[in-house]
Amino acid sequence: MTTPAPIPAIEFRDLSFALPGGHMLLDGISLTLEEGSTTAILGRSGSGKTTLLRTVNRLLEPTSGEIFLDGQDARDRDLIALRRSIGYVIQEVGLFPHFTLERNVALVLEAEGIAIEKRIRRAHELLAAVGLDPATFARRYPRQLSGGQRQRAGLARALAADPPILLMDEPFGALDPLTRLEMQQMMRSLLERFRKTVLLVTHDLDEALYLADRIVLLDSGRILTSLTPDEFLRSAQPDVRAYVRAFRRERPGETSSGPAVDRTLPEAQA
Amino acid sequence: MSFLSQNGSAILTLTIEHLWLTGAAMFFAATIAILAGILLARSPRWARPVIGIANILQTIPSLAMFGFLLPLPWLGDRAARIAIVALTAYALLPILRNTYAGIRGIDPALVEVARALGLTSRQRLFKIELPLSASFILAGLRTATVTCVGIATIAAAVGAGGLGELIFRGVASVDNRLVLAGAIPAALLALGADGALGLLERWTKVPAA
Repeated sequence: MTTPAPIPAIEFRDLSFALPGGHMLLDGISLTLEEGSTTAILGRSGSGKTTLLRTVNRLLEPTSGEIFLDGQDARDRDLIALRRSIGYVIQEVGLFPHFTLERNVALVLEAEGIAIEKRIRRAHELLAAVGLDPATFARRYPRQLSGGQRQRAGLARALAADPPILLMDEPFGALDPLTRLEMQQMMRSLLERFRKTVLLVTHDLDEALYLADRIVLLDSGRILTSLTPDEFLRSAQPDVRAYVRAFRRERPGETSSGPAVDRTLPEAQA
Repeated sequence: MSFLSQNGSAILTLTIEHLWLTGAAMFFAATIAILAGILLARSPRWARPVIGIANILQTIPSLAMFGFLLPLPWLGDRAARIAIVALTAYALLPILRNTYAGIRGIDPALVEVARALGLTSRQRLFKIELPLSASFILAGLRTATVTCVGIATIAAAVGAGGLGELIFRGVASVDNRLVLAGAIPAALLALGADGALGLLERWTKVPAA
């Protein structure tokens, strides 16, 4: 007898998504995400990563199969309430150009009809949490920000309603390597501070190793493997090895020490 | 100078009439076309046929349009009604096309985020889609208004009044002063509307990120 497993925050049950022409973008996905865990989805472009992510907040409705959130079928939840309880961060950020940062960040609260003073206070709190000084940035417009600052604001907005789930679609993909590193570090400390269940789509193996508890490799809409970062690096599976090799290509003259999982904070490069 | 003192009050009355015809038509056209544009942006497969119809309306020669409407019941009773309906028909296309294109042209990432944040359909429309397409819609309104001010001069042909009356009278009596007395205020009205709406358009424009 084992103790009953806790109810997973997100559970995909035999989920499939087909285009009208019949092409399967997702094909029988079954996956469980524990509450408070971070799961990275890796895979080639077109492997179905983004499609999978978008079924969680029902931007896409699966052709078959179910998604359970906290043990409840996502389709039984009110669509608007469901979306407000899920943070969403994308590479393009999508800050509204006609709103100031504080209004962008607190937009979900505005949609909920929360009083303006409370909204503004929350927006400033979150801007500070993502490293944007509210005194400087709250009244700025998105066009007055750098790419990294925009992505920070996007993250603050996703956290505004304190959602238990965060969906992130290549959030740092468009940033330069140094900014990306800073963002990943900030992300990790935020995740330590606020307990969230995160589904992170990325192309970047290092990012997945650094942020995720579990790495899922997707190919042609199917799950190839679902492993911890350690297992992923040690895996003998040809697909996994091919992925790791693509990232850890040795340069001539270097000795092969093999990649190791580095869960310590990388040193910030100034 | 005596020409102006003789005709000044007529010019003023006809200018006001002209403004009223154009204004009423713009009001109806804007209401219909903006609503239709919003609906089309939500179900784009109807866009081609509906914009096609507005396009056909636009190609009907204005004199013929007034002629077609003349024998219709109720409408034909009052010349001003004919004029307003005809002008409305002409004003539809630019406003409709710009409303549709303006909303459809919003960055897809913004539309997606608005949905993902859990904004209701109404909140998306009023907080995101309309503010971001306002300058487009106003540009359509501007084109439509300038066109209508011009076409409204033809309305005098069916007795609807407006500045066209002076032009028609001037042509009939080979009096260029009368023609100019109608044409110059009409041109000024068009320029004024163009300038004012142009300012509004610039004011609502959201700078690119």
